[in-house]
Amino acid sequence: MDYANLFIKSIFIENMVFAYFLGMCSYLAVSKTVKTSIGMGFAVIFVLTITVPLNFLIDQYLLQAGALKWIGPEYAELDLSFLSFIMFIAVIASMVQLVEMIVEKFSPALYGALGIFLPLIAVNCAILGGSLFMQIKDFSGITESAIYGLGSGIGWLLAIVAIAAIREKIAYSNVPAPLKGLGITFIITGLMAIGFMSFMGIKL
Amino acid sequence: MSKNKVLLTDPLDDNNPITVQVLGICSALAITVQLKAAIVMSLSVIAVMAASNVIISILRDLIPNRIRIIVQLVVVASMVVLVDQVLRAYAYDVSKELSIFIGLIITNCIVMGRLEAFALGNGVWRSFLDGVGNAFGYAWILMLVAFFRELLGSGKLLGIQAIPDFIYEMGYVDNGLMLLSPMALITVGLIIWVQRSRNRKLIEQG
Repeated sequence: MDYANLFIKSIFIENMVFAYFLGMCSYLAVSKTVKTSIGMGFAVIFVLTITVPLNFLIDQYLLQAGALKWIGPEYAELDLSFLSFIMFIAVIASMVQLVEMIVEKFSPALYGALGIFLPLIAVNCAILGGSLFMQIKDFSGITESAIYGLGSGIGWLLAIVAIAAIREKIAYSNVPAPLKGLGITFIITGLMAIGFMSFMGIKL
Repeated sequence: MSKNKVLLTDPLDDNNPITVQVLGICSALAITVQLKAAIVMSLSVIAVMAASNVIISILRDLIPNRIRIIVQLVVVASMVVLVDQVLRAYAYDVSKELSIFIGLIITNCIVMGRLEAFALGNGVWRSFLDGVGNAFGYAWILMLVAFFRELLGSGKLLGIQAIPDFIYEMGYVDNGLMLLSPMALITVGLIIWVQRSRNRKLIEQG
């Protein structure tokens, strides 16, 4: 039950795009057509689901205050949490590289679909944001963090596909010239975010 | 000399990182509820951008092309760690308020974007100017958004009441919606609208 709650919460209520504006850069850049936005969305789900639990383990067993106890009692007082930014981003960058190579080797079709988006993902703030939120939220286990990663990814996919569909249609509308493109996209995203606020308070 | 000056002034309007290059949106929106947080964030970004642009520019002939993204990320991440530690030591409250968004400067596309587009191919002094110029372009939009959101949302500026009492007595009410995240997007959208109607060459075609 708790898992389901966390899952729904990370998709709708704490939606990466609408509640925290994470991953806005790629959200704006890749949302011109629905097809590419779906590819980007799945790449984000994929990488988030892998990196959040991985960084959870690193945080638990290497970085937190007292996390190094398992090596020996003399390490129990070490607190390496100031290293977490560097560790997380290194894990993300190398995981993205690794995932890219594995996908290329074993599933050329998937690589064809996701390939060009994977390098973009290393610098997508949604990915690093997922790991940093994981650190703040203090999850109790690896399952919880994996579910959180998956849910946030799905929420991001939902947001980018929705805006891409709207942008495809709005190309035919008569928008005031200075608002064309970027401006109107911002305003629509704002309105969508107001819509998403109605999910607030839902509890399973 | 005038070419160097362009590096500083161009990002303020014609080539603004937020409204024209569309970089670094995430933090621009999330931490603009209060002017104070926005100012601290701006200073952090200015420091990180100037420092990492200089470092990458010094190293630009040594970095192998294939792994340049990871090298850039590590340089930026170390700068951000420095800024984060300084903030925790001297401005703990603000650093709590900014929570994960200091860490997210690492993936702030402005920093990476300028490293890729400029510092990798230009000298140290020019890269420094480019970093500072773009960071200021980012900073002033950030502060503009925060100014309106704090003024209209809570009637304050920098935590001090800015709307006089007699206006409240006449029935004026703070617009709580301005404090919520969707209005940040709409405020930036409106800023883009104003900027592009003044500066018509920025209007997108098609």
